Formats: sequence, C-alpha cells, structure tokens
Amino acid sequence: MRLLAELFLSFIRIGLFTFGGGYAMIPLIERVCVDKKKWISHEEMMNITVIAESTPGPIAVNCATYVGLKKKGLPGAAAATVGVVFPSFCILLLISFFFDRFLEIAWVASAFRGIKIAVGILIVDAAVRMLKKLPKKAAPICILLCSFGAMLLIDLFSLHVSTIVLLLAAAGVSLIVCLVKRQTGKGTQR
Amino acid sequence: MIFLELLTGFLRIGLFSFGGAYAAIPLIREVVQSYGWMTDEKLSYMIAVSESTPGSIIVNMATYIGSAQAGVPGAAIATAAVILPAFLIVVLITALVKKVIQNEVFQSVLDGMKACMTGVILATGAYMILTNCTVRTPAVSADAAAVVLTAVLAAIYFGSRKVRRNGISPIVLICLAGIAGVAAYGWK
Repeated sequence: MRLLAELFLSFIRIGLFTFGGGYAMIPLIERVCVDKKKWISHEEMMNITVIAESTPGPIAVNCATYVGLKKKGLPGAAAATVGVVFPSFCILLLISFFFDRFLEIAWVASAFRGIKIAVGILIVDAAVRMLKKLPKKAAPICILLCSFGAMLLIDLFSLHVSTIVLLLAAAGVSLIVCLVKRQTGKGTQR
Repeated sequence: MIFLELLTGFLRIGLFSFGGAYAAIPLIREVVQSYGWMTDEKLSYMIAVSESTPGSIIVNMATYIGSAQAGVPGAAIATAAVILPAFLIVVLITALVKKVIQNEVFQSVLDGMKACMTGVILATGAYMILTNCTVRTPAVSADAAAVVLTAVLAAIYFGSRKVRRNGISPIVLICLAGIAGVAAYGWK
C-alpha cells in the first residue's frame, strides 16, 4: 500500500513539473525513478525509452505504466499512470471552464493570433526533429515524401482520407520491403 | 452520442499516435474536424495551451476537448480513452512479447510508420503556416502581418540555437508570439 501511494505521488510530481510533454518528460522520470527512488536501473530506463518510442500514445504514460508494473504489478501500473495524468487533467479541466470567455478579451485574442503562428513553427520543428532520427534508407524516405504529399493534398482539398489509412499503408509497404529484402538477402548469401 | 464519439475518437488517437506528442496532432485534428468539435484556429490555440501547461500534451488536449464537448464526464472519458491503448500495450509487451520490440521485421514496419507520421506532421505544419499567412475574403490573398510574424518568429526560434545549444524553449517562443500578436493586432 505504501509503495502504491509512493508511485502515485511521485508520478503526480512528474506530471506536474514537466512542461512540453513527450521526450521533455524523460529526464525527470529518470531522475526520480532511477537516481532517487532506485525503482529501475539505468539500462531499464533506456529500454523504456525504446518501448515508448515503439508504442503509440503519450510517452509519459508508457513510462509510468512500465515502472508501476515493474514495482507492483497491475495496481502499481494503474497508480503510476493515473498519477502522471492527474495534474494535466485537473489543470486543463479548469482552463476549459473559462477559456472561451478569456478569448473574448481583445488583447488575448490578438495574442493568440500571434501564438497560432508559433504553433505552426513548433509543428514543423517537431517534424524536422523526427526526420533527423529516421534511418537514411530509400524506403523510409520514399514513404516520407509520399505521406507528405498525400497529407498536403488531403488538407488542401479537404479530402476525407484518414491519416490512419496512410499509416497502415506505410506499415504494409515497409513489411513487404523488409520481407523481400530478407528473401533476396538469403538468396545472395548462398 | 457524444460520450461514445469521444471514446472511439480518442481511442483511435491513442492507438495510432506513434512518436509522441506532435504525432498525435494530425490525428486529433482529424477526429475534431470529423465530428465538428472545434475550428482549426481554436485547435491551434489549444495546442499552444497544452504545450505551455505541465504534463503530456496529448492528455492535456484530450481533457480540454472532452470537457468542452461534454463537461467533466466528457473530460474523464476522453482522457481515459487516449491513455488506455498505451497502458494496455506496455502491459502486454512487458508481460508477453519483449522480444517483439527487438525484432527486425517489427522495427522496419515501425520505421515505415514513423516515416509516414513524419511526412504527415510536416504537411500539417506546412498547411497551418500556409493558412496562417493567407486570408480568405473569399478570394485568397496574403496576410502581410502574419507573413512578417512567421518569418521573425522562425528566425528567432531557429536562430537561437546558433547562440545557445538548445535555443529557446517552445514556451518562450509561445510567449514571444503572444507579445508579437498583441503588438501586431492591437491591444483593444
């Protein structure tokens, strides 16, 4: 029980004191779970990062679930996950109650017209960061160009094609490429 | 029914957002548009708010959108739905199939999906900048103030990395953009 409460409280702290979400949360998670509480080893933390990168959903949730599960099974995973989400939930709930009225103030509306521009820049920046981490091989680069073009067309002409269709197509293509490579790779080796 | 829409919409987002916060944005945008929950303009405001408040950006957006659509229960459903896939997948991976992650075929499929997501995010960002910099009245023309703001803010944001290793943080950029917005579009 004490460990459950500790997991819950530690992850509330992580959820409350990290700005920017995603990978920005990993250093604090490491400081708390590896250095201070010694719940997991440094290698495990590296593993978690790989798992978080390979699985969908919020990275903080991936990490919290893993650490909680490791220390106290399913109840631990639930305690850590609920903890890491809890501050966000409360704060955004509060904001949602007055945000529309807040936007009616003239200078706030002006500020957000500027902020909207910053968001465009941040999204492009996020994409460029991901781009740098991609393997420099033909298949990923082709997929990237195709999905970029397809998504632009979808936006410009308001087409009703889901991003999920693009994702699944990309998964299918890379599966085929990988399997074909394996086959031919085996062929030339012999 | 709104609760069911929130549930399925955010499950979809939680299940397909590979690559962290910004990977979820195109998916969130798609779901929000398909149900007509929010304009693109409002959505980009919420991205800024979610970036500037603590915690996971995806969770922040789910809570806000859920609450705006259906109050506290809506917020709870959207938040739970967006984290549920991540939770279950990590539980499954640690319980059963740790080797899967290191599997070569799995990794190349994942690389393909990440490449696709990168293209989608890049297109989303480019399209946002494009719509920011144009006005429709209804003929499309350039919004001079927005073009200047975009150029200046991008120069500051990316230029700051030449001066300091990590450059300025997204929150600082958002604050600067807010001040620039007030300067450009007026106090009253």
